[in-house]
Amino acid sequence: MKYLDEYRNERVARNTVKEIRRIQTRPWVVMEVCGGQTHSIVKHGLDYLLPEEIELVHGPGCPVCVTSLELIDKAHAIARRPGVIFCSFGDMLRVPGSGADLSTLKSQGADVRVVYAPIDCLKIARANPNKKVVFFAIGFETTAPANAMAVWRARQEGIKNFSILVSHVLVPPAIAAILQSPQNRVQGFLGPGHVCAIMGYREYEPISARYRVPIVITGFEPLDILEGTLMVVRQLEEERAEVENQYVRTVRREGNRAAQELVWQVFEVCDRKWRGVGSIPKSGYKLRYEFRDHDAERLFEVAEIDTQEPSICISGQILKGIKKPHDCPAFGKECTPQRPLGATMVSAEGACAAYYAYGRHLKKEEATRPA
Amino acid sequence: MCLGIPGKVLEFFDARGLLMAKVQFGGIVREACLQYLPEAKVGDYVIVHVGFAISKIDEEEAARTYKLLEEMGQLTELSAPVVEEKPTARGKS
Repeated sequence: MKYLDEYRNERVARNTVKEIRRIQTRPWVVMEVCGGQTHSIVKHGLDYLLPEEIELVHGPGCPVCVTSLELIDKAHAIARRPGVIFCSFGDMLRVPGSGADLSTLKSQGADVRVVYAPIDCLKIARANPNKKVVFFAIGFETTAPANAMAVWRARQEGIKNFSILVSHVLVPPAIAAILQSPQNRVQGFLGPGHVCAIMGYREYEPISARYRVPIVITGFEPLDILEGTLMVVRQLEEERAEVENQYVRTVRREGNRAAQELVWQVFEVCDRKWRGVGSIPKSGYKLRYEFRDHDAERLFEVAEIDTQEPSICISGQILKGIKKPHDCPAFGKECTPQRPLGATMVSAEGACAAYYAYGRHLKKEEATRPA
Repeated sequence: MCLGIPGKVLEFFDARGLLMAKVQFGGIVREACLQYLPEAKVGDYVIVHVGFAISKIDEEEAARTYKLLEEMGQLTELSAPVVEEKPTARGKS
């Protein structure tokens, strides 16, 4: 395990923690909404370095985790059809739906292929004109420009045998949904760095103002996360609620305009179901009407599939920061990364899977804990 | 999976009108689309997410970030199969 001694700048990290300790006068709950940050926090034990009164909770920042069971079942129904080449990012292959996962379907004869980039699917579609090539378009705003480009190019080039199953989710509506919950405990947010590299952070300003909550756009390296946490705690102690940017080396307030423009030409905002959480209004993208010929959900008529999630899993409460993995009786027992029961265990970026990977399901004396 | 992987732009080419580049990630060279970052030049370091360059980054940070992603096991997407197609390459510097 890599802890403080291996940081890129140990002294800065120590001073940042010292400064948090110096200015902090009462307990605060801070949530990160980026799976990369969650993974980094748990791997490096950053939550153990902070004063006990600063609690880090792990939000719905992993797109693989929050892709609804219903959409995964739809993906599997499409992948099983004869004449279909079903393409996906590698992360989705082992995520179980109600039945099997894509990897198992592949072993049973379905043509399931892992792609590095969504535009690779266009090459596959051109090379297989008699097959229907479907791409499972999951992701947050970071991934939307890449997926949008694939559809845009398909229409431009007249590639009719390419469609996408859209499962796009958006961060700001999820933050708003967490803040609206009567059970909400979160008092400040570390905003997602790479999402904001694309979208900028103007959308976060009305949320920060409306709910009086600090939001600091933060990178995913250990020092970024400590600095972001310091900036949130400083705002809370000074009774400020603003959007600040810790990740200035990558994020601009306006984001990447060229990427945003293509996203808006291809997608429009829609309501979206999140695994573990349920439906959040205006929290996803769907294809615009002009691109309906590339909409797999329409072409394969899977709209009827309506899957309910198992009730035993508490991932919804974990994703909202109400509970932690240890609060779940199934954590590390009935529910493991090999046999996940719900959202936060299905990918390495989920809170439960990250806790499990770094030994936090073990008894305290067995688990590795930084000095 | 929103994390981008830093790499060095080696050379540009055109793929059916799309601005593409060969980008080096550690010991692996893959194609990336530069359509959203047209200001990038050969020798620049860029953050690439699912085959698209999304922002520039300096060399030192690129090296540090790459190492961190490697430790976190977050470089697996680079091992996804390469989809070959007849090249339509044209030079661009």
